[in-house]
Amino acid sequence: MSLERRDAMAALLAGRGDDLLLVPGLGSTTWDAMAAGDNDRNFYLWGAMGGATMIGLGLALAQPKRRVAVITGDGEMLMGLGSLATIGIRQPRNLAVIVFDNGVYGETGMQPSHTQGGVDLIGVAEACGIKQCLDVRDQEGLDDLARRLKSLRETLFARIIIAADEPLRVLPLRDGVALKERFRAAIGVKP
Amino acid sequence: MSAHAHDWPDRLFDTLKRGGIRQVGYVPDAGHARLIERCRADDEIHDVALTTEEEGIALAAGAWLGGERAALLMQSSGLGNCINMLSLARTCRFPLLMLITMRGEWEEFNPWQVPMGSIVDPVLKLCEADIYRVRAPDEVAGAAERAVQHVFGGEHIAAVILSQELIGKKVWTK
Repeated sequence: MSLERRDAMAALLAGRGDDLLLVPGLGSTTWDAMAAGDNDRNFYLWGAMGGATMIGLGLALAQPKRRVAVITGDGEMLMGLGSLATIGIRQPRNLAVIVFDNGVYGETGMQPSHTQGGVDLIGVAEACGIKQCLDVRDQEGLDDLARRLKSLRETLFARIIIAADEPLRVLPLRDGVALKERFRAAIGVKP
Repeated sequence: MSAHAHDWPDRLFDTLKRGGIRQVGYVPDAGHARLIERCRADDEIHDVALTTEEEGIALAAGAWLGGERAALLMQSSGLGNCINMLSLARTCRFPLLMLITMRGEWEEFNPWQVPMGSIVDPVLKLCEADIYRVRAPDEVAGAAERAVQHVFGGEHIAAVILSQELIGKKVWTK
């Protein structure tokens, strides 16, 4: 019995605190983040496939006193697999990369992804030297991940096995400049 | 040409420091070797070794979201790896400073470098990047300074192109 994606996002963001900065990946995780409640500290991606994790790294290095969560899908992660190696040799304490893995490319018609074919993202993250790797398959695991995200002290990678369904899209702002400006203003970065 | 013709990477580094660059993403490159070494040795700069250049476009976007300035070092071949990710900088108007060492344009031994090297300028123009091309050591720091001002003063994309003639040809046999 796999987890539902909207429930998983809501559980991770419940009582998130002002110090949590969120980068949801292109596609379903961006709709999930919006469905959980719009927040100026979310930098939604409508493009840049494969780039979510690296945006998270740049942000985590620039904002060491805040927590940065990249929450993306298996397809988006697969396109930027090398970024796990890049993170592996930097390992900022304040960065969490969380992959919603449903084994399909939901946005393009539910075609199978490599994870369905046996590619193990936890194995990749571990091989890249990330020590705190969590394989989340049930509510208990999700609650544990949410707790660890709240008190993030070392680079975290998690894969959450979620059901391959398509909840109604909840679309955030599309204007990239506006998303950028409101994010920077929310965390007090000078223009 | 000054008496310090070979110091241009150090002067380039000083320019980046003065320009407040705090994150430097790079793919290892002979032309940028000295600059990379200086960045790695500097405690104020986060040096980030990338597996592919497009990671650097996203890194720079994240840095700016968090209030830091980044620079991306690459070879001309790497620009080709960046094209779709450049949409991130263009759509969101992220400032993006690229320092590109050229291959495939001058005394190139390896013909595989020529196809990408030959289309660097038009690709950059199509991606709305301004080009600061440098051929002589004395021009490097000044061009970089203008590029820094342009990029971070107005959230633009710019590339400082370091000509192959400036860098010198690769030695293939030792």
